[in-house]
Parts: sequence; C-alpha cells; structure tokens
Amino acid sequence: MIEAVTLARRGRSPRRVVFRQWCWRLIPLLAGFLVLMPVAVIVSSWSDSQADVWRHLYHTQLFNLLQNTLIMLFGVGLGVTVLGVSLAWLATVCDFPGRRYCEWALMLPLAMPTYVLAFVVLGQWDFMGPVQVLLRQWHSDFRVDVRHPLTIIAIMTGVLYPYVYMLARSAFVTQGSDVTEASRMLGLNLWQSFFKVSLPMARPAIIAGLSLALMETLADFGAVSVFNYDTFTTAIYKSWFGLFNLQAAAQLASLLLLFVVMALMTERYARNNGRDEQGRRSQHRFRIVLTGSKRYLAAFYCWSIVLLCFVLPLIQLAVWCLDIYSLELDSRYWQLLEHTLMLGVGAALLVVASSLLIAFSQRGYANGLTRGAVMVAGMGYALPGSVLAVGVVLCFGYLDREWLVPLQQWFGGGTAPVLTGGLIGLLLAYFVRFLAVAMGPVESSIERIRPSLPEAARLLGSSQWRLLFKVYLPMLRPGILTALLLVLVDVMKEMPATLLLRPFGWDTLAVRIFEMTSEGEWQRAAVPALTLVLVGLVPVIVMIRKSR
Amino acid sequence: MGIKTFSQSLLTAAAVSLVVACGGEKAVAEAAKEQTNTTAHEAPAETGELVVYSARKEHLIKPLFDRYTAETGVDIKYVTDKAAPLLTRLQAEGENTPADLLITVDAGNLWYAADQGVLSPVESETLEANIPSYLQDPENRWFAISKRARVIVYSPERVSPEELSTYEALADPQWEGRLCLRTSKKVYNQSLVATLIEANGEDKTEEVVEGWVQNLAAPPFSNDTQTMQAVIAGQCDVAIVNTYYFGRLEKAALDKGETLPLKIFFSNQDDRGIHVNVSGVGVTANAKNREQAVKFVEWLSDGEAQSMLADLNQEFPVNPTIEASEEVKSWGSFKEDDVDITIAGQRQAEAVMLMDKAGYR
Repeated sequence: MIEAVTLARRGRSPRRVVFRQWCWRLIPLLAGFLVLMPVAVIVSSWSDSQADVWRHLYHTQLFNLLQNTLIMLFGVGLGVTVLGVSLAWLATVCDFPGRRYCEWALMLPLAMPTYVLAFVVLGQWDFMGPVQVLLRQWHSDFRVDVRHPLTIIAIMTGVLYPYVYMLARSAFVTQGSDVTEASRMLGLNLWQSFFKVSLPMARPAIIAGLSLALMETLADFGAVSVFNYDTFTTAIYKSWFGLFNLQAAAQLASLLLLFVVMALMTERYARNNGRDEQGRRSQHRFRIVLTGSKRYLAAFYCWSIVLLCFVLPLIQLAVWCLDIYSLELDSRYWQLLEHTLMLGVGAALLVVASSLLIAFSQRGYANGLTRGAVMVAGMGYALPGSVLAVGVVLCFGYLDREWLVPLQQWFGGGTAPVLTGGLIGLLLAYFVRFLAVAMGPVESSIERIRPSLPEAARLLGSSQWRLLFKVYLPMLRPGILTALLLVLVDVMKEMPATLLLRPFGWDTLAVRIFEMTSEGEWQRAAVPALTLVLVGLVPVIVMIRKSR
Repeated sequence: MGIKTFSQSLLTAAAVSLVVACGGEKAVAEAAKEQTNTTAHEAPAETGELVVYSARKEHLIKPLFDRYTAETGVDIKYVTDKAAPLLTRLQAEGENTPADLLITVDAGNLWYAADQGVLSPVESETLEANIPSYLQDPENRWFAISKRARVIVYSPERVSPEELSTYEALADPQWEGRLCLRTSKKVYNQSLVATLIEANGEDKTEEVVEGWVQNLAAPPFSNDTQTMQAVIAGQCDVAIVNTYYFGRLEKAALDKGETLPLKIFFSNQDDRGIHVNVSGVGVTANAKNREQAVKFVEWLSDGEAQSMLADLNQEFPVNPTIEASEEVKSWGSFKEDDVDITIAGQRQAEAVMLMDKAGYR
C-alpha cells in the first residue's frame, strides 16, 4: 500500500499519472462548463430567426449602434491604457512629493460603480446642474451639452483605469529596480528604458487589465443609459423590454460574445509572445527621484486624477446625502451592509480559489481542450449583467425543474426551487460573471514564475498539492490579493444578477440604488451609493496595504 | 419557444455527462446539500404566507405589505426587479415557482405577462365592483391597483395654457426648439405612442413623432425628473411626463418653501382624453396560496389600501369610490382616454419600431 502511494507520488505508474492529469484537467473543464451553460442558452437563440427585428435594426440603428460601441471601446481602451500605465509607472518607479499616498489613492476609484459616477457627473455638470447654472449667471448664453460620447468615455476611463493601474503596478513592482538600472547603465535614457524594457515586460499584466476594462465597457448598461447613449447593450434591453423579444435580445448579446472571443484570443496571443518570468519579488529600493518642475508635474498629474475621479464625485454624493439622509438612512442599512459584505466575501473566496486551481491546472496540464474551456470561462464577464442573469435563470430553472426538485422530493423535501432564489444559485452566478476578473491577475502572476522553480520542487519529490501550497501560493500572494479585491468590489457593485437571483430579503446596497435610480430619484440614491463607495473603500485600502 | 427546447436538450446532455463523470459520491454530497437547503427555504405553508414578485419599487409597496401583515397576520415575502427579468424568472421556475403574485407597472407589461401564460384568471365580484372594466384584463388575469396620467408640463412664464391642446399638436412647428422628451426606451412613452397609433393610425403617428423629434430642444433625457428640470432650467418650455414625477418635484419644492415653476396641462380633453397608465397585480398560474392571494388582491382594491397605494406615489386610486390625495386633486380633474389599456401591450413593439424609424432615441 505504502509502496503504491510512493510510486504514484513519484509518478512512476503511467496509468496513475494519466489519471491525475485528467483529474487536474477536470477543474478548468468544469469551470468552462458552468459558464458555458448560460452562454449556450444565449447562443442557442439563433435556432429561431428573428428576421423582422434584424431587418428593422438594419434599416434604422444597426450602423449607429456599431459605431457608438466601437467609439466607446476605442476611447476607453486608449484612455485606460494611457492613464493606467503612466500612473503605475510614475507611482512605482519614480519619486515625487506625496508619491506614497498617491500610490494607493489611485486605486480608490475602483470602489466607485460606473453608474454612480455617471449620475454624479450628469447631476453636477448638465444644463440644470449647479456648474452650468453658475456659469450662466456670468454669461447668459452659456450652453454645453455634456451628454456627449466624450463624457461617457471620460467617465468609464475614470472608473476603469484602476484595473490597468493595479495590474501594471504589480508587474512593475515585481520587475524590481535592477531591470531599470541595468538598462540605464547600458545607456538608455529614462524614456527608452520605459518603452524598451519595463513596458514590454509588463505587457501581459497590462493586457490583462485592459481586457477587463474593455469587457466591462462592453457590458455596461448603467452609465450609457443615464446618458441615453445607444450602444449594443441598450439595443439588447430595448429588444427585450420594448419589443418583448428575448430571443432577438439574446442574439444581439451573442454578438457581444463575438467581440469578446476576439479580444480574448488577442490577449492570449499577446501574452504568449510576451513571456516574462521572474522568480523572486524584488522591491524598488532605488527610485528615480524626479527633479525640478518634473516632480511637481508628476504630483499634479497623479493628484488631479484622484481628485477628478474620486474626491469630487464623493463630495457631490456627500452633499446630496446631507439633504436627504434623514429620509433614507435607517436601521435597515446595517442589514443591507451585512448582505452586501457577506455576498462579496463569499463570492470572492469561491471565485479566487477556483481561479487559482484553474491557473495551476493550466500551468501543469494544459491541452487544447482545457485552453478552450478557460477561454469560455472568461466570457461571462463581457455579457451585460441582465442578459447573463437571464441565461443563468433559464439554466437554473431547468436544472431545478428536471433534476433538483424531483431529487429533493425523493428525499422527502418540498417543491421549492433549489438554485433560483437560493444563495448557491446567486454565488454560482457570481462565479460565472466574475471568473475572468480573478483569472486575469492570477494567471498573469503565475506566468511570471520561472518554470525552473516548480521543476526543481518536483525533482526534489514534492507532490502537486505541496507544490501549490509551498511554492506557488507564497509567490502568488500579490496576484491573489489583487484578485480577491477585484472580485469583492465587483460583486458588491453588481446589480442585475443580484436583483434577479437573490433569496427573499437579501437586499444589498446595489439593490437599493437600483430602487432609487430607476425611479429617477438620484438624490435619494446618493445615500446607498455613498455607503457602497465607502464600504468598497475598506477592502481596497486593506488590500493596498497588504500588497505593498 | 426554440430557445427553450434547444437549451433543454443541451442541458440534459450536459447534466447526464456531468452525473456520469462525477459518479456516485458527488450525487450523495449533492443530495446532502439539498437537504440542508430544503430546510433553509421551505415552500410556504398552506396559509399565513404570500410570496410576491414586484416590479413596483420596494418603498412604494412595502408599507402595504406591512399593513396587510398587521391586519391579517399573513406574512408577505417579496423580491423586486424590473418587469421583464421577473417574468423570465417566473417562466423559468415554472410550476415550482414560490411566487403567488406578480405586481408590475405599465399596462404593456401586464398584458405581456398575461400573454405569456404566467397569470391565472380570478373570478371575484369584489374586484369587478371595485375596478372599472377598462382597467383590468378582459380575461381577469390582472387588475390595475393604481393609475397615473401622462401629462404635458409647461413653464407658465414662457407658455400660456391656450397654446396647448393635444400630444399631437406638440409636433407643430411653433414648438420648434422648445420641447423636451424622455427616451423612447422608457415603457411609458412606448405605451403613449401605442395609444396614439390606436387613435390615429400608423402613418399619422409617425408624422407626429417625427414632428416631436424635430422640435426637440435637447436629445431625449433618461428620466422624467431630468426632463422637467430641463424645463425649469430654461432649456425647453414643454415636456411630457407622468403625474407622480411632477408630484414629487412639487412636494420637494414645497418642503423648501418654494413654488415649482411648472404647471400641468391635461391634453386631448376635447377628443379622446388624456393617456393613463397603471400599475397592476395578477395571481400567478402556479400560485401555492391562491385563495390567500386573491384575498390580498381584493384588499388592495378597496378602502385604505387604495388610498395608501395612491398616496405613496402621488397616483390616482383605481377604485372610483376612493378619493385621491389633496395634492393630487389640486392638479384638477380631467377626462381620461378609456381605450382598453391592453392596446399598450399589443401595439408596444409596433410603437418601438415606429419611434426608431422616426429617429426618436
């Protein structure tokens, strides 16, 4: 018996090895399958053609929708890359006044849901907002329509750049200062060293962040609908709510998936071409100290971003809250808070643990099938929340009806659905939606581990599990923390799936915001919105401190 | 439904392979999980509990649930969401659904829910007596519980009420650069245009909507409140909104000791009357507590419940014997379009496409 175990552990029995390989491969396959279920429901909408809707769209809006969506993708993509990378580099590699605070303050906008920033900006800057009213007092003809694509791009960029910033920053941190120093000693100037050395080395991380930001842009409904800007997402909702045509809506949604598959393929391709491996985590002991006007410019740049994307909107929210809190704030808020946090933490643990297992399995046992499964598993993130929620509900409803409820009754239980309206169902929905969020940082940091390390461990007789816990986990800590933080904050901000799948009484802050904004009561929505932002700050700050 | 059958076969295949792959152990674990689950959310007992899916927002409906529980001891559990997702959830859950009642806003949504077969007919003399026939489903699958009108609001400084007459007249060139509208994606505008099509035919309506679009002072807004604020700020002079949004702004202004620089105009008084819309309720087809649910709907249609429902959101009661609040009455009385409101649902898709063609975003 003991002999057999040792043999298997050393990998000498080929059958055992193959078996274990497939056991590990089962993990990504299972994850892919879970995500595939709702996605398949959505794609299967093509089984029935909706020719009149498409003819109608073609003759009226389709071109415009495509154009709007592409403009937004391009603008936000450019915006988050430039902002995220430049800020990350300044904050990790250079030194300027207030850098230490700026380094973490720049992550704060992450706690701000896109739809909240959108209604704050509109409330502040629109024709009837305080700013334009003031300006009109000086100059009575003053008229600017802020409901412009550029404003939406700016808002999305302001909320989404932290994805790129965080991932790029942790890449720059792990690169260490030796790389920059070496390149500069070899005669490159600061800019050259950045573009030729630091940037290419951080490429996987930057692309991972960028693709998260773009997927979120594609799926956004809240912000674009506040601005009444027509994109693919708004068209999806219009077909569903307005034309009562869920099938056409699902068909439109599956086109979004096409965008995503292309994006993910590009990401894989870019990652494979830009492998960077770094065995140890080195600290930036020597920063480039900026001098003269440069130091103030850098400080001004970083702080003005923090101010515009976070501080000012927060102040506006607080001002609105002052007007209204007595009406809105009551003991219920503790419960809303509790639910928000419990769901967030539960989902974050589940999702990150799974993504770790998947990434680990991919590292050792990837084949074509599992690679495909992992790609599928990332698609849930790009679907508009409601569409995904509906896919999930249709699947869960089916599983409940045909399998789980009969099984439950067989064991003497009642007919209440198990998955829809249950906590397990909601957590699974979060899993489907946010797996990609966790996979980004986990994968990109696992890729930076030099293969020689695990190989050495294996040669020394370490088992796969031991390898995971003793070698990988300690080195992956920054990546795992980033992933936990991202998922936690994302789940707390998530609205449509929570609305549709929550068990009775499990209202969260996002649900409360929905109740208010959908009635156009933005001021009252400021109270749950401010609470949500403040609660979101706690994990952001905790994780920032730990990831240093 | 093609989507359903295909996904079903797909899922069956997938589930079978999953079960085979996982073997016995998993199934046992699964079963154990189920058992703990059953205790966690057991199906409601025969009496004493009701489950509601509500598209009417929590703060506009919960006080009624609380009141009913206090009066009768029946506990009410609920979830809120938009109408379409709730309906999909009802359909997906099928006969296992815990929901006894569906509450939603807009006649179109009610019509569609009934059309999809998730609601069941209720024969009740009380309801027939309390709710006018044009405010309920001809087959008694849903009943309106509150009513709102879609009115024209104007700035009394820049517009005199004599200039106003009908929705259609807002397409006239005299309103060029003076009109503000909410987005055509909102169901209230879809229902309004659906009734315009019913009254005037498709071609005439398309002209009207094109006229509106030409008269717009700013691109359509995302909600009624913002639309009215644009009138207040002077961006435009007239707008089309629901009465209760006006009521909220009026109340907010009064609370601050100001008067709202806006007035309501009830349009189309010389022809068919103003367009009204409703929020309503239906008993689900698979309700577990049907009797109790019917009693609750009857309770909603009468007495204090009607006043509460209406006053919570400054709406009009549907029961003609119940009076509206003083605030609401101060807006004046009006003639309402008593076209069968299921038209709003039947012609909704047509209305959406027409607005797309006319370039109304």
